[in-house]
Amino acid sequence: MSKRSNEPIFWLLFGAGGMLSALLGPALVLITGIAAPLGLGLSPDAFSYDKVHAVAVHWLGKGFLFLVVSLFLWHAGHRIFHSLHDFGIHAGALARALCYGVPAAATVIAAAALLAIGF
Amino acid sequence: MSEQEKIIEIEVLRYRPEQDEKPVPQVFKVPFTDDMSVLQGIQYIKDWLDGTLSYRWSCRMAICGSCGMMVDGIPKLACKTFLRDYYPNRVRIEALAHFPIERDLVVVADDFIEKLQRIKPWIIPKEARTLEQGEYIQTPAELDVYEQFSSCINCMLCYAACPQYGLNDKFLGPGIIALLHRYNADSRDGGEAERMQEIHGHEGVFNCTAVGYCSEVCPKGVDPANAVNVNKTKVAQDYFLRFVRPKAKGGME
Repeated sequence: MSKRSNEPIFWLLFGAGGMLSALLGPALVLITGIAAPLGLGLSPDAFSYDKVHAVAVHWLGKGFLFLVVSLFLWHAGHRIFHSLHDFGIHAGALARALCYGVPAAATVIAAAALLAIGF
Repeated sequence: MSEQEKIIEIEVLRYRPEQDEKPVPQVFKVPFTDDMSVLQGIQYIKDWLDGTLSYRWSCRMAICGSCGMMVDGIPKLACKTFLRDYYPNRVRIEALAHFPIERDLVVVADDFIEKLQRIKPWIIPKEARTLEQGEYIQTPAELDVYEQFSSCINCMLCYAACPQYGLNDKFLGPGIIALLHRYNADSRDGGEAERMQEIHGHEGVFNCTAVGYCSEVCPKGVDPANAVNVNKTKVAQDYFLRFVRPKAKGGME
């Protein structure tokens, strides 16, 4: 018999982030990273301040932004932490703190920022 | 042998503790025909070239799981791998990776055997039945759920393939988790609560990083990576549901 691991919490966040990033990640990179700045197939003001602000004040937009920012990072942190181990780098407490601390901090910051923007 | 006799070079990693400080390669020239397995090549060496070569084998037909070894760096059953696929190159044979070498191609399997016992690889009846009550009935659909996992022959190729087991041999590992799943998923079995305690710790399912090489090398078509993944979900469910579930049966704590 072994002591129960707390890994399920992080594994579920990792799994949720993985699903979301697989479904949305490439499309988001294409739209926000390439199409919008270059004006490819989008109207010039599609990502104007007003339009993006309108998304961020709507509760649905808030939810979307929060999940994308937070879950993507939980996914990335967990993957990086375990990949270090795969590469034979015996990640210690510092790596664990960084890999899980950054997503945790970003989750709090994203929530605070989205609330601060108002409704 | 016929006029088509060919000679293949077989490089065997030797380790004779009484004379070798560390494992050393030794090359043998072995005549072979197209129907000869790597195991037959090794048997030729033992019979005609060097009787001191040690290796495990029994059935010659991929059922006993004894002759697992690294063939050109890939975990294989020697009986199910053919010399013709390596000719005219030299083929390199070594003891299974990630296990201590006992002698030549023989590895120490104690760790695997100990883990196998730990997961109780037998059916723990959900309800005890007397002889008069007859057999435990199972439908074909119920059989389908676990059948592929019951094909495991304990050959340990998946352990030689698993990078996580190579880094940390405390990890329960792919084959044992596949077998654990084989019994948990059996409709006649009621031992899941006991077995889950072996996989919910750090060296259980979450030691796996979903590399999937275990399923690739399995000579019997078992998918240990799938068993591990299914059980990650089960352990995660159990992690949260234990707070809302009545503690009546088994007790998962």
